[in-house]
Amino acid sequence: MAGQTVTRAHLGEAVYQEVGLSRNESADLLETVLNLVTDSLVQGDPVKISSFGSFSVRQKGQRIGRNPKTGEEVPILPRKVLVFRPSQVLKSRINRRALSEPVSE
Amino acid sequence: MTKSELIARLAAANPHLYQRDIERIVSTIFDEISAALARGDRVELRGFGAFSVKSRGSRVGRNPRTGEAVQVSEKHIPYFKTGKQLREKLNTGG
Repeated sequence: MAGQTVTRAHLGEAVYQEVGLSRNESADLLETVLNLVTDSLVQGDPVKISSFGSFSVRQKGQRIGRNPKTGEEVPILPRKVLVFRPSQVLKSRINRRALSEPVSE
Repeated sequence: MTKSELIARLAAANPHLYQRDIERIVSTIFDEISAALARGDRVELRGFGAFSVKSRGSRVGRNPRTGEAVQVSEKHIPYFKTGKQLREKLNTGG
């Protein structure tokens, strides 16, 4: 695997190159997209991006955990966790290189 | 929220932009993330989360119908780890 890290700056630059708005506005638009996704999830509404994947919120119940250092039992409170399920298209795209036979999208 | 609803909301927040550009912005973002993962890169969006690729080693699987052993080759799985800020928002805002 390569092992570079892509950040907001890279994504903002890609939007800038692709759409031709200013760099500043491109960065703002990226931020707005992330905020819209966040808001939807905070409201409990899953986000489904075709050919990419879906994000949904799952409610976890309370359970008893243990402090691994002291062995002490501590309750883990009920909480919400975010689950990302990649689409078949994304999974195929990631495995295409690795497979000997071609993968169709 | 679907991709088209996301596009509609982004358009509503940016009435001065063309619909065509709004669509390209949204597609570019998710295409770039996909392309990075396909290269084996990580995508880290502070406060939101990080996408990475995990590999699952090759193993001997079994055809559940016939019980026959089959070799399953190594494969790569996209993985998302929720960012700290987003995790906190999910547990306070909802």
